[in-house]
Amino acid sequence: MGLSGFRAEVGFRVDGEPHTLAVDTRSTVLDVLRDTLGNTSPKKGCDRGQCGACTVLLDGRRVLSCLVLAVTAGGKDILTAKGLAANGRLHPVQQAFLDNDALQCGYCTPGQVCSAVGALDEFADGKPSHAGDVTAEPELTRAEIAERISGNLCRCGAYTAIISAIEQAADA
Amino acid sequence: MSAIGQDIPRRDGYAKVTGTATYAYEADVDNAAYCVLLQASIARGQVSEIDITEALALPGVLTILTPGQVEKIHQVDDTELYVLQDGEVDYRGQIIGAVVADTPEIAHHAASLVHFSYHVDEHDSTFSPDRHDLYKPDRLGTGEPTDTKTGDIDAAMRKAPHTITQTYTTATNHNNPMEPHATTALWQDDALILWDSTQGVHAVRTTIAQVFGLDTDQVRVICPYVGGGFGAKGEPHPHIVVATLAARALPGRPIRLALTRAQMFALVGYRPPTVQHTRLAADEHGTLTGIALAAVNQTARITEFTENAGSPTRTMYAAPNRATSHRLVVLDVAVPTWMRAPGECPGMFGPEVAIDELAEALGVDPIDLRVRNEPEVDPDSGKPFSSRNLVACLREGADRFGWADRAPRRDGDWLVGTGVAASVFPAFTMQATAAIRYDQGRYIVEIGAADLGTGAWTVLPQIAADALEVPLEQIDIGIGDTTYPRASVAGGSTGTATWGSAILTAAEAFRDKFGDDPDDGDEMEGSISKPPFHEDYATYAFGAQFAEVRVHADTAEIRVPRLLGVFAAGRIVNPRTARSQFTGGMTMGLSMALHESSSLDPRFGHVINHDLAEYHIATCADATNVEAHWIDEHDPHVNALGVKGIGEIGIVGTAAAIVNAAHHATGVRVRDLPLTLDKLLPGLP
Ligand code: FES
Ligand code: FES
Repeated sequence: MGLSGFRAEVGFRVDGEPHTLAVDTRSTVLDVLRDTLGNTSPKKGCDRGQCGACTVLLDGRRVLSCLVLAVTAGGKDILTAKGLAANGRLHPVQQAFLDNDALQCGYCTPGQVCSAVGALDEFADGKPSHAGDVTAEPELTRAEIAERISGNLCRCGAYTAIISAIEQAADA
Repeated sequence: MSAIGQDIPRRDGYAKVTGTATYAYEADVDNAAYCVLLQASIARGQVSEIDITEALALPGVLTILTPGQVEKIHQVDDTELYVLQDGEVDYRGQIIGAVVADTPEIAHHAASLVHFSYHVDEHDSTFSPDRHDLYKPDRLGTGEPTDTKTGDIDAAMRKAPHTITQTYTTATNHNNPMEPHATTALWQDDALILWDSTQGVHAVRTTIAQVFGLDTDQVRVICPYVGGGFGAKGEPHPHIVVATLAARALPGRPIRLALTRAQMFALVGYRPPTVQHTRLAADEHGTLTGIALAAVNQTARITEFTENAGSPTRTMYAAPNRATSHRLVVLDVAVPTWMRAPGECPGMFGPEVAIDELAEALGVDPIDLRVRNEPEVDPDSGKPFSSRNLVACLREGADRFGWADRAPRRDGDWLVGTGVAASVFPAFTMQATAAIRYDQGRYIVEIGAADLGTGAWTVLPQIAADALEVPLEQIDIGIGDTTYPRASVAGGSTGTATWGSAILTAAEAFRDKFGDDPDDGDEMEGSISKPPFHEDYATYAFGAQFAEVRVHADTAEIRVPRLLGVFAAGRIVNPRTARSQFTGGMTMGLSMALHESSSLDPRFGHVINHDLAEYHIATCADATNVEAHWIDEHDPHVNALGVKGIGEIGIVGTAAAIVNAAHHATGVRVRDLPLTLDKLLPGLP
């Protein structure tokens, strides 16, 4: 089977920019962003949906881009942590990460940031989490934040500061 | 105003929160090719046949590297770097080939089409401290003697009214930095460029130059950002050699190679399992008359590694009769390496739980017991400590934590307890050179250092600003490139002390020569070579860690709602990045305590839970309240900056504090890590 057997054309927007390109049908959104489009803001920590480093916002919802085939992203809006800082101005979540030193090596950080933005939106939409009583009005406690961000691993162990950062961003 | 001590935000913070900091795989090159590794599926033997026909026929495949079919390279000390020279297999998962293709998808597809046959030899991958083939390594990796002995520990044990004799074990842990090891390699115009995820660019350059018989001038290694290392990126691993082989086979074509998470469980090291036979002897007041630790760990047939788990026992507590020893079991397994606080991290688990057991047996407070056994001088060397503030850490920690009213209690369905343990890590310096150049009102400081998240990008300018007596804003810094002067590896908590000292020397030389009103282009170098004071003093950082543990009375689910550490680690250059280092270490210690364990299947010789779904590390929900403090410590002896390392001490003692707290909560004493609920459940009240 030749290369052409694995090609399909797809169009989507990345950080506001439209792209139409022929992708390998086996490629994930993560690999197309990183290897084809040179947007290395989302990171690859496992390629298996186990670490969260690749988190981006797909039509506003947080997803693990290593688990999304690029050919299924046609017509979608993909937002990375790079795109969150429009015109060089940090998103409040990013600023809060900086203020709280909620990062060390920085490799999980773009994923944490996108995930936090998505999590705060989910919370605002009234989506319950496992942390508390799902029938009650959720409250954004530290435990609630921790539960909602726990899909994003940080080997440097910045968790306590990450929770503080998200608390700050939520109050902003 | 002094820049040292200021709470300065990270210089690389903007790049990291936006994801624009570029890591090794992400090097800005055109027309990259992609390299995928092939690994042995046997634990010992030889590759007998290789079928690459189908793979090679795939359009887009550029080359396939197989044993004996690549350029000849040189053997170096690290025998594991002699890659693809023959078909010998020394452990399961070893590299036995690589595919290079135009796209990652084609490379992965082709990799699945390469078929190996083997002559299989019998292998042995069963770790046990009771084996008859244990042996004594010549020295520890630290250069210390393998065994130590003072007085007569056996006699002390016989005579003492109170003794503890227990065996403690720590599990195999994999470093698992979030950024998988990666190399982008380019061979062009007789020169090699490696963008490599490493804790030391110069170390990689030296080794790779040796392996390929190149002049060091022909090799440049670049690494501005490292997505964590924790020791696993401290030395070059075989994949860097493969990336270089591929680059030299395809001149002019940049090669990108990133390990998969699963490959990291075979190819880049791990903390070996340790067994620690621990003995304490004490008189009726709790004064130790004897302390001993005999450690056993596994090592690999291909390269020896000793986890110096006995080291901290040599230094922590006074006792006239003392003994430590290290023995190894050689197995057909992947090669272990340093993992955050090698030696001290596992080696403070057994003794710090044993001290808790002794305190319980004596009916004394575990803090008082530690204070009672404070040594006047380093019990091992007899030298005075340059500074030792363990007691101050214990006392301040007790205050902050609320240790005084620590009776175990029940809160609904939860059993609640608290525990304490001490931390220690040696304060060393290595060799490094720094350069300072003046250009249009700015001082440019360059040094081949690394920032693994430690804060080097931020703290080195603080040190430079004070040394030059100029505002921090006037300092530019360059690190992570072999075009800068040679610097030591970021490891052993030596980075800030070593590189900072080199910068200090360079700044003095610069000001001596050019005064405080230099001209554009003025430049000086300065070096630190031999550690200046270690001859006369024992130099260590100390700390105390406190844990609150809740255990569910029915399920034995374990939570750690509170972790608090107080450290005495010399001068703190930047409280913001320092706090992250301490709490980060403690969080990794919590992870080790509750989760981390690589399961080796002796039938096949490999780690079966080789991904992040099954090799559990702490998540955010595990570590919601980790707090670090430090005492003001002025150590005039440790080095000219008064700085001790802080990258590792945070993980030392954490697991013991948590296990001690779990015992306090439940009455169940667990002596093997990780502390999982199945170990507590049978003993719950
Ligand atoms: S890279 Fe996607 S979850 Fe780890
Ligand atoms: S900052 Fe290093 S993994 Fe999170």
